[in-house]
Amino acid sequence: MIDFSGFTSAVAAALIGLGLAGGTAFAQSGAPAPAADTWSGLVTDVFDDRPMLDGAGIISLEAPVRAEDAAIVPMTLKAALPAGDARSIRKITLVIDENPAPVAAVFELGETARVETIETRVRVNSYTKVHAVAEASDGALYMVETFVKASGGCSAPAGKDPATAFNNLGQMKVKQFAGTNAVGTARREAQVMIRHPQFSGLQMDQVTRHYIPAWFIDELTVKEGDALLMKVTGGISLSEDPNIRFSYMSTGAGPIAVHATDTEGKVFEGSFPLENSGT
Amino acid sequence: MPLVPNARERSIGGFYETKDSPYYITRNDTALHNLWRVMSFGANRILVYVLFILVLSSGTALSQGNTRPLHVQELAPGLFVHQGVHALMNAENAGAIANVGFIVGNEAVAVIDTGGSNSQGEALLAAVAEKTDKPIRYVILTHVHPDHIFGSAAFLRRNVAFVGHVRLKEAMEARFAHYLAANRPEMGSHLDGVELVLPDMTVTDSLTLDLGGRSILLNAWPPAHTDNDLTVFDPASGTLFSGDLVFLEHLPSIDGSLRGWQRALDGLAAIPATRVVPGHGPIDSPWPAALEPERRYFDALARDLKAAIDKGIPISEAVTSAGLSEAGHWRLFDTFNRRNATAGYAELEWE
Ligand SMILES: [Zn+2]
Repeated sequence: MIDFSGFTSAVAAALIGLGLAGGTAFAQSGAPAPAADTWSGLVTDVFDDRPMLDGAGIISLEAPVRAEDAAIVPMTLKAALPAGDARSIRKITLVIDENPAPVAAVFELGETARVETIETRVRVNSYTKVHAVAEASDGALYMVETFVKASGGCSAPAGKDPATAFNNLGQMKVKQFAGTNAVGTARREAQVMIRHPQFSGLQMDQVTRHYIPAWFIDELTVKEGDALLMKVTGGISLSEDPNIRFSYMSTGAGPIAVHATDTEGKVFEGSFPLENSGT
Repeated sequence: MPLVPNARERSIGGFYETKDSPYYITRNDTALHNLWRVMSFGANRILVYVLFILVLSSGTALSQGNTRPLHVQELAPGLFVHQGVHALMNAENAGAIANVGFIVGNEAVAVIDTGGSNSQGEALLAAVAEKTDKPIRYVILTHVHPDHIFGSAAFLRRNVAFVGHVRLKEAMEARFAHYLAANRPEMGSHLDGVELVLPDMTVTDSLTLDLGGRSILLNAWPPAHTDNDLTVFDPASGTLFSGDLVFLEHLPSIDGSLRGWQRALDGLAAIPATRVVPGHGPIDSPWPAALEPERRYFDALARDLKAAIDKGIPISEAVTSAGLSEAGHWRLFDTFNRRNATAGYAELEWE
């Protein structure tokens, strides 16, 4: 993980050098490095120029070195304040700097849920920096960043089978993992999956010459009983069939309830009983 | 280029101005307002760039007179194939990585795939002219991938019909601009002249094309390698052009459906061919034995993924080991296996 405040072009060059020495077939000669000022523009637009503190030790972001499948790039976020810190992490924002729509998702975390790990999947259009920003309950912002190399060749961020995605629209699945602690006692892990084509709005209808509108899940709320676990505000950078796996502190208060809306105002809902040991 | 496009750029989309987005209309503070715009409208800064590239490339002059014909081999009377190299598209191979070919009837020629660059398309065109006087009537595109369609512009304005799977057009519209941008770093000026050429004849199920005393059978497949795979069977020579539904030596890339591809194998095997020209790999391969290596790979990959999913192993971890038992059997394994595992995991976890 890199401390942005200490990030210099020399460090960037070294990192790029390391990547090349790794000998991957992609993004070598002539690959454009991500624009240096993209992030500062995003800090203005997304975070209102609020100061970014070094997130090392508070938030981490794991991404593959290369976007193997440009449409499905796993990202793992882990956030926790040091022991004794009275604050809590209230919000995590995941930003894919060079994507057409850089903010992939904003995760607002439930007050009692103590979400620590979030794994989701994003689209990566080109060689890009990726930023994760955790916001503490006092409003302080903690940031970490990493790089992802683009996939070349025939991989694309677009969906593989839009017809099937459309036919299964709104289908939902919640997985609760074996090995998680018993209901109501402690930390558990769940995965919320919802079928949606997540059209990016980048396609042109060749007859009308108009762009086919973007169409995606813009809000997804997960609760356990009445307790909010997380509210996700998503953009087109989230992969087709949005998928969020996370750990949280269970109160055992009731079923896991998922409520999602998309940009056409469609509502998708599901309720899933807590399991002692899941799939 | 502005990060948040202005109103004029936004109107290209023609969507959000009139759309009742609850998030948009109920939140007024600046940060959230900007956030929303960055999450949605930011798309258009790429569009402007892409349109610019398309306009530039369509205006590029073609140099046709002195093009060297692509090297082709006559596998059967009137059936010619060029074998691509096992590599990713780059400046050195000028995108010529896929197998492309053509079939000559008594009256007309059908070209099968146009290659990975305009120059390869031009060279393929020259190869046709070198082997026959018959006009090209059909250009058949086996699927959306750039190494198969980037040479299409060479065949424009020749009174040919471009033929593709019924879903090819949509896939091309969704991906073409990305393919141009994503391959630019490796291909550079070899992408000059590459144009989006959409199919004007589509195949929903099957279609027979008459080349004059020689009919060829086209079949459209459900999602497998992609969602727009088309095969071409020439009964006269017993030759199947499988497109990328068959890979040999070169690891298959899954860009449609792993399960769909597994299911397609039996249907493919039923085609009464004696040889196959795969999308990648040796151009004169025995049929249907050529299906076996990829069948073995898909089975191993699916088995590993299914086991990982059942154990609750996350996708980021599962893709580092799934399919590894196949590593010694394939070229470009490291380039494509993790990608296949990623796509396969996302598909199989819904089962
Ligand atoms: Zn292909």
